[in-house]
Amino acid sequence: MIVFDQVQKSYQVGGRAIPALHPTSLTIETGEVFGIVGHSGAGKSTLVRLINLLEPPTGGRILVDDDTITHYDAAELRAFRRKVGMIFQHFNLLSSKTVADNIAFPMKLAGIYSRAEIRQRVEELLARVGLADHASKYPSQLSGGQKQRVGIARALACRPTILLCDEATSALDPQTTQSVLRLLADLNRELGLTIVLITHEMDVVRRVCDRVAVMDAGEVVEMGAVSDVFLHPQHPTTRDFVFESENIDGDEMQQDLQKANGRILRLTFRGESTFKPLLGSVARESGVDFSILSGRIDHIKDTPYGQLTLSLVGGDLDVAMQALEAADVHVEVVR
Amino acid sequence: MDALLSNVDWAEIGIASWDTLVMVGLSLLFSVLIGLPVGVLLFLFGKRQLLEQPVAYAVLSFVVNVLRSVPFIILLIVMIPFTVMLIGTSLGVAGAIPPLVAGGAPFFARLVETSLREVDRGIIEATQAMGASIRQIIFGALLPEALPGIIAGITVTAITLVSYAAMSGVIGGGGLGDLAIRFGYQRFQTDVMVITVALLVIFVQLLQMAGDRLVLYFSRK
Repeated sequence: MIVFDQVQKSYQVGGRAIPALHPTSLTIETGEVFGIVGHSGAGKSTLVRLINLLEPPTGGRILVDDDTITHYDAAELRAFRRKVGMIFQHFNLLSSKTVADNIAFPMKLAGIYSRAEIRQRVEELLARVGLADHASKYPSQLSGGQKQRVGIARALACRPTILLCDEATSALDPQTTQSVLRLLADLNRELGLTIVLITHEMDVVRRVCDRVAVMDAGEVVEMGAVSDVFLHPQHPTTRDFVFESENIDGDEMQQDLQKANGRILRLTFRGESTFKPLLGSVARESGVDFSILSGRIDHIKDTPYGQLTLSLVGGDLDVAMQALEAADVHVEVVR
Repeated sequence: MDALLSNVDWAEIGIASWDTLVMVGLSLLFSVLIGLPVGVLLFLFGKRQLLEQPVAYAVLSFVVNVLRSVPFIILLIVMIPFTVMLIGTSLGVAGAIPPLVAGGAPFFARLVETSLREVDRGIIEATQAMGASIRQIIFGALLPEALPGIIAGITVTAITLVSYAAMSGVIGGGGLGDLAIRFGYQRFQTDVMVITVALLVIFVQLLQMAGDRLVLYFSRK
């Protein structure tokens, strides 16, 4: 468990303190995938670097598994960092070392593993990330996705309990992004690894995260379960991120709504209710006619969801709404 | 042909070539031994670097700049009392080495600093995140990553030392430069001058080729 207790960070620029992170308190549970989303300069990079103290905070304290890491001396900090893996947007592999040597590097630095242990662990990790044939290649000979897999294997070498991902998929194409995200999700499940992931893409959050914090101008503006934040965004920044990832044009949507007749409802289905043939039966029972103005149907992590905006005319609206709510559909009256 | 090179004493040329080789070799060795750690310190003490130390950086940088800004011919002369103190003479091959190192080491230190700065900051950060100590970052990540640049720096330094070593002939330093000055210049023996210059050119060419090959061998980018 990672606990931020009123943690803040500011940088001294020309004698003035520029805040990068306003006092922030949050808890990241063991074994969850926690997303931090925000535009560049929102402070998410700072936040993730506070967890392994690459950036020391200027105020507050950070606890990891009930240990106050902000009180660690240099040796304790180095030992702690071995238990926290980190992967990066630009992979940051050592160009002078082979794939196998890159993965072995953190184990060699730790100085507590025998040669045989290192060799065995490297083989194991290469197989796990699907690069068994590339052990003696140099990073420059690999594709972006392969480099990030090496990065992941290297981060896991010393069997960390926490993995920090700094825009780990931002330099990858969509297909590679998907396979790297799948790998991260598998690792989270198999190893019970706590993953903290920062990104500027809501889509990444939707696919792998359990909870998410949305950051804007050095502050966490919204935080919660991904399904709540994603389907019912409250803060304007969050809404921007969701709309952007769903290719929704906010203004266009408003115009469409103005053209529609009758009541406008936004229905949100989650889990099983997504697949029920609900709308037809509700329409028959209540006598309302509906037209679909907009909709999205996809998965949040493993849970299917659907969100439809409907305009309804005629019939008995109350009966329709009751029937929908009875079927576990979240109903929001837009107009 | 004999008439053309009538003044050339090949035995003397052989000794002079060997002397140049020894002067360049030894002074290069000491320049690297001194310049490498100084270059690493310059890098580490620099702005926004691992051990940022503005005062230490300013002092070190000043010393390096002073040694680098004095023309080598002047440095040769200025160094004489110090050289005598250090090894008992300012003449010959041995006497040339301290001023050569005084010229070569700071030059090489700057080249080391520059090639370390070329190392991606992300790699340093990643190594830090693995729990590496400063020593481990230097020897495990920084120096291996900068190795091609450092080898190129050694090549440039070696070539600079060849020309410095030739200059040391002016104060009786020995080697091909000494030969060129004593025979080629003072006795107007143009053929000796041509031969020494040709040998120096060949020497520099060989150094550059060897250096380039090594850089290529160690480059993984």
